[in-house]
Amino acid sequence: MNTTFVEKKENLIQYFKEIGEDVGNVTLFSLRFFKEAIQPPYEMKEFVKQCYIIGYKSLPLVTITGFIMGLVLTLQSRPTLAKFGAESWLPSMVALSLIREIAPVITALICAGKVSSGIGAELGSMKVTEQIDAMEVSAINPFKYLVVTRILATTLMIPILVFYADAVGILGGYMGMNIHSEVSLYRYLAEVLQSIKFSDIFPATIKTFFFGFFIGMIGCYKGFNAANGTESVGKAANSAVVTASLSIFIIDMIAVQLTDLLI
Amino acid sequence: MENVITNNKNAAVAKATIPVIEIKDLHLSFGKNEVLKGVNLTVKKGENLVILGKSGSGKSITIKCIVGLIQVDKGEINVFGTDITKLDNTELNKTRVRIGFLFQNAALYDSMSVRDNLGFVLKRHSVELSNNEVEEQIKDILESVGLIEAIDKMPSELSGGMRKRIGLARTLILKPEIILYDEPTTGLDTITSREISELVVEIQKKYKTTSIIITHDMACAKFTGNRLMIIRDGVIYAEGTYDELEKSDDEWVRSFFL
Repeated sequence: MNTTFVEKKENLIQYFKEIGEDVGNVTLFSLRFFKEAIQPPYEMKEFVKQCYIIGYKSLPLVTITGFIMGLVLTLQSRPTLAKFGAESWLPSMVALSLIREIAPVITALICAGKVSSGIGAELGSMKVTEQIDAMEVSAINPFKYLVVTRILATTLMIPILVFYADAVGILGGYMGMNIHSEVSLYRYLAEVLQSIKFSDIFPATIKTFFFGFFIGMIGCYKGFNAANGTESVGKAANSAVVTASLSIFIIDMIAVQLTDLLI
Repeated sequence: MENVITNNKNAAVAKATIPVIEIKDLHLSFGKNEVLKGVNLTVKKGENLVILGKSGSGKSITIKCIVGLIQVDKGEINVFGTDITKLDNTELNKTRVRIGFLFQNAALYDSMSVRDNLGFVLKRHSVELSNNEVEEQIKDILESVGLIEAIDKMPSELSGGMRKRIGLARTLILKPEIILYDEPTTGLDTITSREISELVVEIQKKYKTTSIIITHDMACAKFTGNRLMIIRDGVIYAEGTYDELEKSDDEWVRSFFL
């Protein structure tokens, strides 16, 4: 029994040690990102290409999920609001819920699944097949070309995708409202715009930049540091999704607390 | 035919005595595993040096140290008279441009066509070149490796031998003075291996390159090497020409030639 306890204790210590090492390595990786991002030359062509892949190519997925978010939120909230005779609050409630919380978190989670895993798998396979080494021996900085461009692209594209998801979600909400009653688009949008304040949009936008940064950074870190062997490519992609998703919830929790304190 | 080529290349190499690569007392460990335990070697200008050894003996690690892909624990690696272990990244990159490296699986960039694989490297180091000049140089190099028809293909559409040739073309496009080959014929059939070996010798003659060739393929070693070294347990165990080592008194050395 004593041996089992000692073993468990050692395993636990080892587990926390590994987490500590990972946090340290991610911090160093982030610091290197800031250093390399500032120093010229700038990989503009690759950055634009990554913006296209991460932003434009995610539009269909974000459109569908955004629309469903708005539609379902409206349909689910209507009966409760109707009980209190507060159906007229539905447009503002849907818009505020989407803008402040649901659209940023759900869009970021979708992008963690699509983008972060994609980056992790891509860089992981480049590492395993020595393509990253090939860049390095050709005197091309692989960190600047592969990592900096991808992190900057996710940091810029995720907020734009969230704005887009907000808009599509609000339209989905309009469709949801019209299933049970008839409301004009003009009146619906007027209700929505009346309820939204700068203090709703600003904190939500700021946190999406952090979501984007961490989605890119974790994907790049996992891929760039993949071990040798094809198995590690899958592990890098999987680990990127899990870690990025977890970090989105943690950032969201911190952001909500800070918003409550400051605004 | 083979003897003529071998004799010609030996004659050319005999004139050259300037060491281009000089490794002194190279040590490297991964954790408790000591891979290199004091490697010493010299490669003269224009020479093709073949390094043989069992898997895991440290052959590929040695050439990766020469381009600074792996940091050494102890020792000197003098390339063109400069110890690269003491260079910062900027200085190291200046030396790297003068060294070509052919990876075992060619390491072509999967997301780029053959044209872009070559152009990507060339454009970064020759910014003054116009698009037409870049295109011209890409076509010239592809012609020299006999694969001009593959210019628009993606790496996934190429066979193993073609990938090696394109990898070699990408290496040659910067006109390196040194080429490091990591198992250039591994995974290829006998005929394609022979073609790649011929290409290695052709490049040595045409571009006057100095090369280190890591291989397990004795036919390739015989055909391409002016001198051979055998690495064992992290040190250079034997050195000589193919014929000398084949007739060695050491049974372990002779076992490579069976």
